[in-house]
Amino acid sequence: MPVLEKDGVRVWQRRSRSESLIRWFGWLIGVAVFMYCWQQISAVTTWFFVVDAPRIAGDIWDRATPPKWGYITQLGRPIWDTLNIATLGTIIALTLAVPTAFLAARNTTPSALFVRPIALLVIVSTRSINSLIWALLLIAIIGPGVFAGVVAIAIRSIGFCAKLLYEAIEEINESQVEAVTATGASRWQVMAYGIVPQILPAFAGIAVFRWDINIRESTVLGLVGAGGIGLQLSASLNVLAWPQVSLILIVILFAVVISEWVSAKVRGAII
Amino acid sequence: MSTPLACEVDTLIGVKWQKPPLVKRAWLRWTLIAGFAGYLVAAFLTIEVNWMRVYEGLDRGAAFVLAFTSPDFTSRAGDIWEGMVESVVMTVTASVVGIAISIPIGLGAARNIAPLPVYLACRGIVAISRALQEIIVAILLVAIFGFGPLAGFLTLSFATIGFLSKLLAEDIESMDRVQAEAIKASGARWTQWINYGVQPQVMPRLIGLSMYRIDINFRESAILGLVGAGGIGATLNTAFDRYEYDTAAAILILIIVVVMTLEYLSGIIRARVQ
Amino acid sequence: MLRLKKLLKTYKTGDEALKSIDLEVPDGQVLALIGPSGAGKSTMIRCINRLVEPTSGEVWLDDTELTKLSSGALRQERRQMGMIFQEYALVERLTVMENVLSGRLGYVGFWRSFLRKFPQSDVDEAYRLLDRVGLLSMVDKRADELSGGQRQRVGICRALIQNPKLLLVDEPTASLDPKTSRQIMRLICELCAERGLAAIINIHDVALAQMFVSRVVGLRLGALEFDGAPQELTPDVLTTIYGEEDWEATIEKVEDDEEEQVA
Repeated sequence: MPVLEKDGVRVWQRRSRSESLIRWFGWLIGVAVFMYCWQQISAVTTWFFVVDAPRIAGDIWDRATPPKWGYITQLGRPIWDTLNIATLGTIIALTLAVPTAFLAARNTTPSALFVRPIALLVIVSTRSINSLIWALLLIAIIGPGVFAGVVAIAIRSIGFCAKLLYEAIEEINESQVEAVTATGASRWQVMAYGIVPQILPAFAGIAVFRWDINIRESTVLGLVGAGGIGLQLSASLNVLAWPQVSLILIVILFAVVISEWVSAKVRGAII
Repeated sequence: MSTPLACEVDTLIGVKWQKPPLVKRAWLRWTLIAGFAGYLVAAFLTIEVNWMRVYEGLDRGAAFVLAFTSPDFTSRAGDIWEGMVESVVMTVTASVVGIAISIPIGLGAARNIAPLPVYLACRGIVAISRALQEIIVAILLVAIFGFGPLAGFLTLSFATIGFLSKLLAEDIESMDRVQAEAIKASGARWTQWINYGVQPQVMPRLIGLSMYRIDINFRESAILGLVGAGGIGATLNTAFDRYEYDTAAAILILIIVVVMTLEYLSGIIRARVQ
Repeated sequence: MLRLKKLLKTYKTGDEALKSIDLEVPDGQVLALIGPSGAGKSTMIRCINRLVEPTSGEVWLDDTELTKLSSGALRQERRQMGMIFQEYALVERLTVMENVLSGRLGYVGFWRSFLRKFPQSDVDEAYRLLDRVGLLSMVDKRADELSGGQRQRVGICRALIQNPKLLLVDEPTASLDPKTSRQIMRLICELCAERGLAAIINIHDVALAQMFVSRVVGLRLGALEFDGAPQELTPDVLTTIYGEEDWEATIEKVEDDEEEQVA
């Protein structure tokens, strides 16, 4: 504990002098970096627009209200597509994430030297890139439409699910696995009896959690042309049909709230 | 005691054993299974896949995968550099501002330390921020503030608030009450109480979550460019539009590398504060 | 008959867990393996069914040498050796019945076990065993709903349904209260007697070991220090195994306990 001698009086301090110097220096650098970054943003911003922003926001608000409720009749199919993109994408992702997770987990991987790094690479690369970018890429390859959306959601979710799943696999109780091994069970039987029951709750939780996120993400995939309600959103934005935009936003908000409610219910029922 | 049991076992011998099903009520179980199967069939039937188009696309897909083996960092180096810098700048500023704002809101959204009106107001802000997705917020903010990183910065700050405040509030609500009460008992005022009773308990997690959010902010900053809110996304979009897969591959590799670095750093920092 | 010949295990860290163990366990003999923590008791048991690979030496189960077996042949032999664990090691999210039937995994194919379609004879045997240990009413309970003693009984059933020649028992009572500990030990020894099984029981509770078994083997720092009848365990012997301590109390307690243990 740093204690400073000052005129014969011992003064307790939280940190020694060099420690607090380092801390101050750290803060100084932090503030400097932040100011520099802020300047970068400020330099490319047309401040006239910003000053004008409240008026524009009010203007948009006026145009967007009231929402064009009649338009909802045309949203049935896009909502159905959105649901399908999220659900099918999640299902495909889970079927691919399970083997990936088993290959990536330290205690189940067949080879820590060759297979595990590849599985980890798959996880990192699919996870780091947003589903919108995957959609963009897939549209360039297989053309616009719901299918591109499903695949984009699936790819993005593989890494996410596999990461959480392999962490769950690494945390299992090894003695249960040992006990099943000791009965003379084969490798696959050990997996089915010793490992799978232990990670099943985690798996269900991850599935529902990711499905909830995927509902959110699939609502905007249409912005780049990958189907779902986002297509209507981007079409309405392009023609500045603000009353339609506001209705779509309300529908999206509604979908997000419902999916969150469903996933919370299901998770509560599992755990 | 042993006689009735012996009887019982005799009745069971030769009886087929089945694992008790997860859903006990048979009609509910079959309804759920049939409903799910029906949904899957309906979903598959309504997806229109142009298999010809997919087949033709396989070549392009192969070309793209091949592009990863020879990513082109140089021919658009200027654009990539600018885009990356803008993404990083947006990430830094939005994270700093977002975290700074989410701390008071997080305190306000914790039921055990905030009065009811404050609690409701803060929870409202959190709910709105979480319900609206980044990309939609970005569209609206671009419409209001014009193109450029300012809209992106505001979007990410707004999203950070929803994410961090909620988790911070949950952390405060589940903290150890006794420690906080001990500080209160010493006659500390409210700010001192927060500083000595609450802060030490939630600080490690707050730092961990902040690191995680910085990571997310960078990833999100990569797509904001698609709607004109600045960052690397615009460059990426252009690369895809021009079918410049090697440049796109270079950008994607850069994003993955930055995300991995951030994750690695946050892992180290989290290990140190905990 | 189980024979260990110059069994040696050195861990990667350089710890010599077993230093050339020679041991013979005839059919039907129940043997207690005592020794302080870290003496290599667990390692020895696990080297026998190769959950831990021995560094060198031989393990003979009747006429089969286990250490050289391929993994498929090893699985065949593991069926002959039932194992009972310290923390029960039941698969907690499976039901009692599934846990017991998992002892038959070595006998049924993957898909059959995956779909829980075990042969009716196995299911019948599981019912009989559960009845024998008094858990018939718990068949469809999940393992994590049971108490410690009940779980260990399920663990015993899982080992016995393998129809083994030998039981490997690793600290069966370490996480149980004293009364349950005795019940479990008695159950294991009774079942061994009923079925003529040999058993190696790792146990750190010397008194409990003396109460139930006919032969005690003491292990210290990976080497055999004592091999004899429980009556031969004198304070001097215990001192060589465990180190200096007042052992009279422990041994007397054993005798007292034996009086009241009729219930």
